[in-house]
Amino acid sequence: MIEIKNLVKKYNDKIILNGINADISDGEIFSIMGPSGSGKSTFIKCLVKLVFPDSGRIIVDGEDVLGGKNEFELARMRRNFGYLFQDGALFDSLNVMENVCFGLRYLTDIESSKYERIAKEKLSLVGLKDIQSLRVSELSGGMKKRVALARAIASEPKYILYDEPTTGLDPVSSEKISELIVSMQEKLDITSIVVTHDLKLAFTISDRIAMLHDGKFDLAGSPGDLKKSEDPFVKKFIKDSICHDMKDVKNK
Amino acid sequence: MRYFFQQLGHGFIPLFKATGKVTLMVKSVIVWLFKSKLEFEEIIKQSVRIGSDSLIVVCLINFFTGMVLALQTGYSSKSLFNEPLYIGTIVGFSIVKELAPVLTAIVVAGRAGAAVTAEIGTMKVTEQLDALHTLGTNPARYLLIPRYIAFIVTLPLLTVFADFLGISGGFVVSLVKLGVPSTVYWNDIFTFMDISNFMHGFLKSIFFAFIIATVSFHKGLGTKGGAEGVGKATTDSVVTSMVLILVFDYFISAAFVFVGII
Ligand SMILES: Nc1ncnc2c1ncn2[C@@H]1O[C@H](COP(=O)(O)OP(=O)(O)OP(=O)(O)O)[C@@H](O)[C@H]1O
Ligand SMILES: [Mg+2]
Repeated sequence: MIEIKNLVKKYNDKIILNGINADISDGEIFSIMGPSGSGKSTFIKCLVKLVFPDSGRIIVDGEDVLGGKNEFELARMRRNFGYLFQDGALFDSLNVMENVCFGLRYLTDIESSKYERIAKEKLSLVGLKDIQSLRVSELSGGMKKRVALARAIASEPKYILYDEPTTGLDPVSSEKISELIVSMQEKLDITSIVVTHDLKLAFTISDRIAMLHDGKFDLAGSPGDLKKSEDPFVKKFIKDSICHDMKDVKNK
Repeated sequence: MRYFFQQLGHGFIPLFKATGKVTLMVKSVIVWLFKSKLEFEEIIKQSVRIGSDSLIVVCLINFFTGMVLALQTGYSSKSLFNEPLYIGTIVGFSIVKELAPVLTAIVVAGRAGAAVTAEIGTMKVTEQLDALHTLGTNPARYLLIPRYIAFIVTLPLLTVFADFLGISGGFVVSLVKLGVPSTVYWNDIFTFMDISNFMHGFLKSIFFAFIIATVSFHKGLGTKGGAEGVGKATTDSVVTSMVLILVFDYFISAAFVFVGII
């Protein structure tokens, strides 16, 4: 359970998050949508304290993340989280397998002899095979994203934060990713927080969708609530997203 | 007047900020040093990298410095006393106590220090450092500790090489150009120098290693703004390391003289 209370984040006096409130329950898939630059990445970085909020509270499983934590407590708290970075953030000094298994060494007791099998399994979950020994520089953009995804889920943490898991992927791979996120929830009861521009993804997988606008969550309800919403911003956002998708279809 | 002091004060703020950040960084390295296992493989990999990056340049520079020292002292001494006197002693003292440690440190700052800053800076701007935090480790533990140890082990070793090559350079010139017999050259060195002279330079190089590592890590971790930022951090890192090496060289030497390592 993650409780977020009145979260505020400024960058040089520019207010990005202006009092966010949300409760995310265990086993939920919670999506966050919103325009580019609205602070979605900033928000999920706050959850693992990669970005330090200016005020507000974040309580994970009853424990206040922001209150005077030392490095060890913070490190211990972060162990519960997997994080898919928007640009992948793969280690370019390591190969694909070493990237995928990187966290296992620090987060689990799994013997290193099993890493190869785990890497294969996680990569096949994201639709990749036979690339364990490639270097990161040899991967395409979409492959990087999926390797990063495999790395984020490898240790099966309790919470996984996905920053745009399907951006830059073809529809088939996107489909695979949305199945993956749902199956992680069903099989392992993993809580997912998904930042996305992909309306289809958000509508198919989410239990709730939040719309980030002017530093606040405009709406945090089920996909059905979102469709019915009378909020002008939400309506316009959905309409424009659909138009955008249609244009894509036409172009193809 | 008041304006002058205000400006002066403002000039010091970044310095204090940097000092604070460096202190925190070193503290976190020390804390994690006791909390986690050492990764020997990584330490060896980094040491080899630092050593092989700089070895050839270090040897070349010190050999020629030894040569030119012998040449200059030889001819100065000839014009004063009509014969080259104490060439070995002068070359030996200058190389072992001062030039080998300082020149080697400067080469390593320019080579390995710059490379480390660029590496860590790139990792910073591509969020790889953040990724370390989310994968159960952190930059101090995964990057800084092995590199600190690698710098502190490798630089003194390179300095020993440098001592040897500098003195050999001096030897070649005194033998060939000045006609000093080899026994005289080596005698000049070994009658007047002892292990404490060697330690003076050797121990200094450990401090220099610490300076180079700390500066390169600090600049790398503070990198902002994409590829351009990485370039800026790298040049900053090299310049800062070099200035600090030369400034601290005096103070460390003075401290060593004070405690009797001369
Ligand atoms: N380190 C930083 N320093 C200053 N401003 C920043 C920093 N990081 C982000 N910002 C600003 O914060 C705002 C929100 O950024 P954020 O990356 O959270 O947006 P986002 O919603 O994830 O956008 P996108 O959908 O394009 O990824 C942006 O206006 C950005 O300019
Ligand atoms: Mg973003």
